Amino acid sequence: MNTLQKVRFVGKPLVFLLCLLPAALAVGDAFGITGQLSANPVEDILDRFGNWAIRLIMITLAVTPLRRITGWNWLIRFRRMLGLFTFFYVLMHFLIWLLLDRGLAVDPAFQWAAVLEDLTERPFIAIGFTALLLLTAMAATSTAGIRRRMGRRWDKLHYSAYVVGILGVWHYWWQVKKDTSDAWIYAVILAVLLGYRLFLRWRKASRGH
Amino acid sequence: MLIKNPPDIRPSEITSKANYLNRRTFIRAGSIAGASILAGPAAAAVVPDESRAKLPGIVESEFSTDETPNSYEDVTGYNNFYEFGTGKEDPARYSKEFDARPWSITVDGHAEKTGTFHFEDFIKPFDLEERIYRMRCVEAWSMVIPWVGISLADVVKHHQPTSKAKYIAFETLHDPVRMPGQRRRVLEWPYREGLTIAEATNPLAILAVGVFGETLPNQNGAPIRLVVPWKYGFKGIKSIVRMSFVEKQPDVSWRMAAANEYGFYANVNPEVDHPRWSQASERAIGGGLFAPRKPTLMFNGYGEQVAHLYDGLDLRKNF
Repeated sequence: MNTLQKVRFVGKPLVFLLCLLPAALAVGDAFGITGQLSANPVEDILDRFGNWAIRLIMITLAVTPLRRITGWNWLIRFRRMLGLFTFFYVLMHFLIWLLLDRGLAVDPAFQWAAVLEDLTERPFIAIGFTALLLLTAMAATSTAGIRRRMGRRWDKLHYSAYVVGILGVWHYWWQVKKDTSDAWIYAVILAVLLGYRLFLRWRKASRGH
Repeated sequence: MLIKNPPDIRPSEITSKANYLNRRTFIRAGSIAGASILAGPAAAAVVPDESRAKLPGIVESEFSTDETPNSYEDVTGYNNFYEFGTGKEDPARYSKEFDARPWSITVDGHAEKTGTFHFEDFIKPFDLEERIYRMRCVEAWSMVIPWVGISLADVVKHHQPTSKAKYIAFETLHDPVRMPGQRRRVLEWPYREGLTIAEATNPLAILAVGVFGETLPNQNGAPIRLVVPWKYGFKGIKSIVRMSFVEKQPDVSWRMAAANEYGFYANVNPEVDHPRWSQASERAIGGGLFAPRKPTLMFNGYGEQVAHLYDGLDLRKNF
């Protein structure tokens, strides 16, 4: 097998399964098969999808720096899948919030007005929702055909991945009650990932002169 | 010298559950007849230095809710006690080594009876009462907890505050060796809380020394913690070592950490949102994945007993 085949027949299926694992465990725990959710199961499952969404956006944003540093160009072939999984975890996080936490699916007294109020008046929720909208646009334009047709505009749209990273960490930071140590870790990782890109641009610009 | 009071009751001597329940019915009947004297001589509160030991002589209280308490696992496995970590399961996990004996409590400030008391002596003059209370966390979740405790009003009276005493300030033990969460400065240690004298002498306020008829587990604030059910849970300061009668409103931990988010009063109030989240509803722990949230009640449903304490006070400003 050459590298391309290895990526296609071994690497991608493996990464796919790995990305699915946290979701599978969360569902397994929710139904008491693989384990248990905490005493506050809605918050627990909500947090799990949210945490993995942040980890996955970090991993997706790490593809390019890793590729540049190692020279392993085949890494780029995982980027779309990782990005789509980021979208999947953010979407699940949102749906769990809407259906179970806010109660669209379980609460006879559910009111859209309360959800709208959350989206407009709770900045950290608005920030998270904005990230979801950006990811939706990116996911919807993620096929090769659409990419070709969009040309330059595709690149512009998909630079939103950086914005999603920033919004994600911000959303996480803002909902923590007091102990922001985990949020700090994500902020530092994101700063390194985005800082690396700034460094590349600066180097390119300074060489150009 | 270590002063340990050995438990003076063997498990075999403890009243059977059937008798205990009978006795409760008997007491209830007695109090209905207006003859609460029948409840027997005032029992000196005794809490054995032993985990999960049955507490003797618990009296029922009319203030208990008839809602079903949460499971022992929920009450003792899911809570906040930053002294043992900031995760909800950290307190149970990291307080296992904590030894809540010997324990002493310092009473100081504007009162006649001040000094440092052994925990055993501090609680001895009072009745042990069961108080099944709703508990509403500021994070918008709630439980029903069967506390066992002594009336804070009785404790306050016993120490005879002078007219200068307007507030009571409480402090938690500060000992980073025994409380590993204090090695990080998440909050300014020691944890501090406070009440007005009127709040502290409200009949709902208790100092809890047990749950589920047993000794208070470390993670819930052993050996003695405050319970004020009409306020957010963080007011219920745990593992208390100091109680000061003071003239001015004391500094309290969460307000010190974020004054725009947490006030001195911290009364449960569905109409005053936390700046970052709504307080209109709560998630009742124990309902499972598919239970809807439930509406939060003003003063956590204890308005009848406490609303008068805040007459004329703007609860939006004094949150």
